[in-house]
Amino acid sequence: MALITTTKGELDETLLEKRTGSEDNENESLQWVEYWLDSELVHRSVDMQLKKGINFGADITNLI
Amino acid sequence: MANTQALCSQFKIDALNGQHVFGAAAGFVRGTTAADTFKAAIYLATATMNAATTAYSATNEVGASGSYAAGGPTVTWITPAQNAPAATTNGGSTTYTTLSASIVVTTFTATAFDAILIYNATTSKAVSVHTFGSQTITAGTFTLTMPTNDQTTGLIRIT
Repeated sequence: MALITTTKGELDETLLEKRTGSEDNENESLQWVEYWLDSELVHRSVDMQLKKGINFGADITNLI
Repeated sequence: MANTQALCSQFKIDALNGQHVFGAAAGFVRGTTAADTFKAAIYLATATMNAATTAYSATNEVGASGSYAAGGPTVTWITPAQNAPAATTNGGSTTYTTLSASIVVTTFTATAFDAILIYNATTSKAVSVHTFGSQTITAGTFTLTMPTNDQTTGLIRIT
């Protein structure tokens, strides 16, 4: 019996409706999972992967 | 042999390791050989974290819940490195570093957050702001996995 942490405490997963999805763009990709009790969202988790960070350019100038 | 104008590659690594004090920062002496403590605070989409951010602020930070405490979790960096070989011309090498582990917050509830501020908790100085699509977590886990640590995708790259 898997228990899911929800806004209503630990609930048996079989009592809940599970929904999953994913998103992907140039900055990140992610997977989400939701658990619903009747028509109420009681749990949502997200696993996000950043694709890249920040690039800082540095430069120097000619003396002459 | 000929000299080549360049921003020394070693400088980029040393800058990340706090080896240079360019300004007249009176009293700023780095006598320690230990790494500073860094943290990653999570911010709501209504916050204004950006290049002008100088230090951690609790304004518009997500509220404390589950494993998330004000100020965010402590994070560590992979030792800064450079792509080889070190270039002889300015901009030819890239120095890079990335957090050594994913940021994971459990039993967490927050609505519409879209950024993290990584800051030096030892010196109270901001490091970088990283944004992503707005997210909502409900009594769940938020896992933010870092990109590959190399010269093209590292979390912080100096070219």
